[in-house]
Amino acid sequence: MSPATYLTSFINADTFLILVGVFKAIVVLLVTLLFAGFLSFIERRVLALWQDRYGPNRVGPFGIFQLVADIIKLLFKEDWTPPFADKLTFWLAPVIAMSALLISFAIVPITPTWGVKDMHIGILFFLAMAGISVYAVLFAGWSSNNKYSLLGGMRSAAQTVSYEVFMGISLMGVVALTGSFNLREIVDAQQYGWFVFPQFIGFLTFFIAGVAVAHRTPFDLPEAESELAAGYHTEYSGMKWVMFFISEYVGLVLVSALTATLFFGGWHPPAAFGLQLFPTIMAYIPPIFWFITKTCFFIIVFILLRGALPRPRYDQVMAAGWKVCLPLTLFNLLITGFWILMHDPVGGG
Amino acid sequence: MTSGSFTQSLSLLKSIVWGSASQLRSMYLVFMHTFRKRDTLLYPEEKVQLSARYRGRIVLTRDPDGEERCVACNLCAVSCPVGCISLQKAERDDGRWYPEFFRINFSRCIFCGMCEEACPTNAIQLTPDFEMAEYDRQNLVYEKEHLLIDGVGKYHDYNFYRVSGMAIAGKPKGSAQDEAEPIDVRGLMP
Repeated sequence: MSPATYLTSFINADTFLILVGVFKAIVVLLVTLLFAGFLSFIERRVLALWQDRYGPNRVGPFGIFQLVADIIKLLFKEDWTPPFADKLTFWLAPVIAMSALLISFAIVPITPTWGVKDMHIGILFFLAMAGISVYAVLFAGWSSNNKYSLLGGMRSAAQTVSYEVFMGISLMGVVALTGSFNLREIVDAQQYGWFVFPQFIGFLTFFIAGVAVAHRTPFDLPEAESELAAGYHTEYSGMKWVMFFISEYVGLVLVSALTATLFFGGWHPPAAFGLQLFPTIMAYIPPIFWFITKTCFFIIVFILLRGALPRPRYDQVMAAGWKVCLPLTLFNLLITGFWILMHDPVGGG
Repeated sequence: MTSGSFTQSLSLLKSIVWGSASQLRSMYLVFMHTFRKRDTLLYPEEKVQLSARYRGRIVLTRDPDGEERCVACNLCAVSCPVGCISLQKAERDDGRWYPEFFRINFSRCIFCGMCEEACPTNAIQLTPDFEMAEYDRQNLVYEKEHLLIDGVGKYHDYNFYRVSGMAIAGKPKGSAQDEAEPIDVRGLMP
């Protein structure tokens, strides 16, 4: 039996579907990673635009090959493990940082036909992975054996745990309206009206929590460079540092994609309260366009947040989380539940 | 609920609303910078506009006749706070003094312009040019052939030997501009 026929003998209807699934997963992984890396360039250019500068514009047209130059530089840097560090944990932390957020992309439905995994516990899976990504920062902060790193790690643990509490609750309004944790069903429930309108408080609090979970300015206290050197990744260099760096951008893309999916209709064109905007024209625009446009819009908003807002004090961050956002989300959940019971007292059973 | 706690929670609500509005306003203001002109000068392509009196690369100028102005008096070397100028005096057959060598170490020079102020003959001058970067530090030591230019610099008509009383070949004592005939101090006549 020749190798070609040996290989083709494995292909039947089931294995073909598996292969297609694997192919989709790899494409999503690569596109996400490349885009996250490219964001480091986009962010610098966009921030520069808002600060009346140019940013990196030397490598290639408009500087688009800056990423290549950065990667070459970082590859040649010494990948140093400090002798005083806890080796295993020190090496484990960037791996967790990178993988926990990347795995979360499995649940994001990109178009009606694209997406890695159609999970029934979609949102819960994301919350679990966001919880695990805290370990990355905690491990990095602890194993570096460095006071700044430890402070960064501690801040991150407290901040992320606090913000994940109401992040979960803020999404429960959406889940209650849809009656499912499955993101694909949540997107389809928004065909005739985005959830941002009935769930505006939920959207606001989820967005704030997303900023905090992705460690973005103004909630970048774990790595507040003006106070803590580089926070939890002070001792990291070379490719291990790159993994933290990229994971921050992966988190940014993930939270943007989830905001677009959960509150802004995912691949559906604009619609509110049962009214669709130009449904005949919109039918010609491919769903991927809407998903990418919405995700990019929120990424830009994230960068604008970073460009515009100062970093609050640590106790202010905690107070805003527990005293303002948590009551708001609970209030939102209460109102949503009340509304659902008013209109559909029997419930979905 | 007492009226005190009611006003407290009212002021908290007010601060939240006011704070959020303020944050949104600053986001709007930052976003509007999209449409502003950028402040950055793309340097190697766009040149910097330097003022005429900018203190940059030092040159040695010539007088309007094309002769070296420097008379090797060493005042520049003395006035230099970092001691980056060194020169050696020599004399020509016609009586003019000139520097045998003139060396400025630009890796030390702080471009303060003291040498220019000290120079009695307007020979040494600072120019609006700062693009002097070198890969090799030794190349920052400029010799006389690097410093001497063919022009007169900032002072177009000034010629030291034409205004000073110094006698050189072809210009005896008393023949400089506004210079009186020398007085014979040993003479008895009034």
